[in-house]
Amino acid sequence: MSAMKLFSAFLIGAVFGIGILISGMANPAKVINFFDVAGTWDPSLLLVMVAALVTAMVGYRVVFARPAPQFSDRFHTPQSTQIDAPLVLGSAAFGLGWGIAGFCPGGAIPALAIGRIEPVLFVVAMAVGMAIAKAIRPSALGGMVTSSS
Amino acid sequence: MEIMTEFTPIAALLGGFLIGISAVLLMAVHGRIAGMTGILATLVPPIQADWGWRAAFIAGTIAPGAIWVFAAGGTIPFAVPVSTTAMIAGGLIVGVGVVFGSGCTSGHGVCGIARFSRRSIAATIIFMAASIATVYVIRHVLGA
Repeated sequence: MSAMKLFSAFLIGAVFGIGILISGMANPAKVINFFDVAGTWDPSLLLVMVAALVTAMVGYRVVFARPAPQFSDRFHTPQSTQIDAPLVLGSAAFGLGWGIAGFCPGGAIPALAIGRIEPVLFVVAMAVGMAIAKAIRPSALGGMVTSSS
Repeated sequence: MEIMTEFTPIAALLGGFLIGISAVLLMAVHGRIAGMTGILATLVPPIQADWGWRAAFIAGTIAPGAIWVFAAGGTIPFAVPVSTTAMIAGGLIVGVGVVFGSGCTSGHGVCGIARFSRRSIAATIIFMAASIATVYVIRHVLGA
């Protein structure tokens, strides 16, 4: 069971990685051009978001109609509904960094081993930033990652 | 520095579809949100409970690029229009921001909105607007 749990997570991660690489989310030039609406605008990433979102919406409907996932007793979904200061300010900071570097977390990780140094630099810096944020606010990811299955 | 990229609608739709499928499968099989922030931040010290499947997921996301480039000899469209300093500073800011904001493009933008989460809709509007504003200021106000 445990080996299957790990192997399935690996395969599902691989689907994510292939999707990111095909979509162009792992290409900083393309990502920044998506944001540059007043310049060299490339609308591709809008279609990435739409396709991912529609697929997830339809798929989640099917999944949530089932009693429980394969390897857990329940679906672990965040229960908080409060639009609070950490959410707003954290998201604004994320947008700032994304615009500066051209990488978001999901875009950078699949590019880690394609033989370029930039994703490595970004991910190391991001990990340091994450560690700092966790030290400042240990409850930051409380609703998201601390529950065990 | 500006680098032109072509509009690639088919690749965008196919890539987005696969990202969505991955999100659906992770919920169906593991009961988890396919959010890169939550998955990755758990593996950053102090490492939290139930990290095994998360490490496997991360390894899975990295493997296809490595195999495609180093085993299959393929290429991946990749260009960096920013300096090394910007890449490192951006990474640091992103790392702090996504932990405080409880998620990023995958967790909020895809999984969260697909669950009609108010927090995720708000977060996605905010980080997208902030990115557009940031690039506008850097390229068209500062002229960098």
